[in-house]
Amino acid sequence: METFLPSAIQLSYIVATGLFFLGLKKLGSPATARSGNIWASVGMVIAVVVTLLDRGVVNYPMILGAISLGSAIGFVAAKKVAMTEMPQMVGLLNGLGGAASALVAISEFYRLLLEGSVPIPATITAILGSLIGGITFSGSFVAFAKLQGLISGKPMSLPGQKIINVLLFALFIAGSVMLLISPASSTFLVITGISLILGLFLVLPIGGGDMPVVISLLNSLSGLAASAAGFVVMNNMLIVAGALVGASGLILTEIMCKGMNRTLTNVLFSAFGGGATGSGGSAAGDGVEKSYRQVDAETGAMMLGYARSVVVVPGYGMAVAQAQHSVRELADQLATRGVEVKYAIHPVAGRMPGHMNVLLAEANVPYSQLYDMDDINGEFDRTDVALVIGANDVVNPDAKEDADSPIYGMPILEVDKAKNTIVIKRSMKPGYAGIDNQLFYRDKTAMYFGNAKEAVADLVSEVKQL
Amino acid sequence: MSETLIAALFVFVLASFAGFEVITKVPPTLHTPLMSGANAISGIAVIGAMVVAGPNLTHDNNFIVIMGLIAITLAMVNVVGGFMVTDRMLQMFKK
Repeated sequence: METFLPSAIQLSYIVATGLFFLGLKKLGSPATARSGNIWASVGMVIAVVVTLLDRGVVNYPMILGAISLGSAIGFVAAKKVAMTEMPQMVGLLNGLGGAASALVAISEFYRLLLEGSVPIPATITAILGSLIGGITFSGSFVAFAKLQGLISGKPMSLPGQKIINVLLFALFIAGSVMLLISPASSTFLVITGISLILGLFLVLPIGGGDMPVVISLLNSLSGLAASAAGFVVMNNMLIVAGALVGASGLILTEIMCKGMNRTLTNVLFSAFGGGATGSGGSAAGDGVEKSYRQVDAETGAMMLGYARSVVVVPGYGMAVAQAQHSVRELADQLATRGVEVKYAIHPVAGRMPGHMNVLLAEANVPYSQLYDMDDINGEFDRTDVALVIGANDVVNPDAKEDADSPIYGMPILEVDKAKNTIVIKRSMKPGYAGIDNQLFYRDKTAMYFGNAKEAVADLVSEVKQL
Repeated sequence: MSETLIAALFVFVLASFAGFEVITKVPPTLHTPLMSGANAISGIAVIGAMVVAGPNLTHDNNFIVIMGLIAITLAMVNVVGGFMVTDRMLQMFKK
């Protein structure tokens, strides 16, 4: 029995790890995704239950109390959160995972210190654990605050931010070296504090439109934090599961960067859209008063109702106005008139990877009607009307045509190729990147001003009267 | 460096490569659920926290145990919230 139990626990961890792999693999395909999520959660239940059998775990009432409390909070939060709040929910959960990992690293360091001596490898891994976990925690909370609207979504940075960051990091390294020479709890608290500040300064300068990159990066970091905690307590289960999450988050981060044609360092350190790039500079340079065509609901409805094919291009504006249900209603009305309706989804539309897909799924739009950028771009020249709802930079033809544009090279949805384009937008103001959009001034483009939800609802009632 | 640390590094590197192989080519439709599902898995830190909070409270260790208990609570919010929210999203995805 003495040796049986630890082996049984380790073997159960292997089973749980296998279930995590299987679950993530299944999450990659729409048909199996739901069962994949369930397999992964079964793996988690196994891991938690067998850990209760660990000989070192005897403080049952308090541990079970903490498990119940956390589960209850998670349960209520998951039930109550609205689909439109999903980006900040994911941000928050990333942060909690990072915090838990950092706390594990910190407490284990304290435990070893209490026992008398901290081996060098344990000190190094504990430092890494508190660094990654701390950055994930504070960074995620800034992301949450930005997405929830608690603080401005605009890039924010102190004067000399880069120098401050370098100094902070130097201070962190110095503290770490001191810890390696003589482990002390006070020094460890200081470097943990620096990690938290670094997390703040990493995410504060990043604008709302770059959130998909940040959220996926923090997702990856939350996994790496768990891995680091695993190194501290020398637990393979944590190391493997954390590495798995780290890898998946990194893949998403890369996809998001590709969707903007920017490197990760550029996203993190350039404070894009902060006005420093000269907002609307290219437009002002023309010196020409540009005119655009405006339509009302009635004309818009006629264009849509008598079209053969319509492609809807949703953007963050649809999410803000919560217009997804009205959009679905419009598509239904058009479908009953025999119009073929498709949705074109840009990889970085919205504030997190797959944001538009989640909102449209909530409105019961079947995912077979949603098309990725590469699949739909070839179809725009056969499309009668492209209906752009609250999207801006992802349809800006400058990204293809104007080598001086800050977004030059970013892959876009080529709505300018459609026979007609209707753009629903609140005003002519530029998007988050502060760049004027040539699409709005084209002959084939009609601007329809208004809040996305009301504008689409008006279109629905006009289409009904056709 | 200790052998266990080297062995653990092996595990980490191999698991990362395996992770990259398992999660290539996810359709954009599933990007959010993949992220929140993976996030729930990162709540595995809970078992590390359970070991840390394992011993009974004594005068010496109360700081450590309390930190461990907080970590358990946070990680469980992450686990339960993450898996449930993922399931809610996946329930909506229809053909």
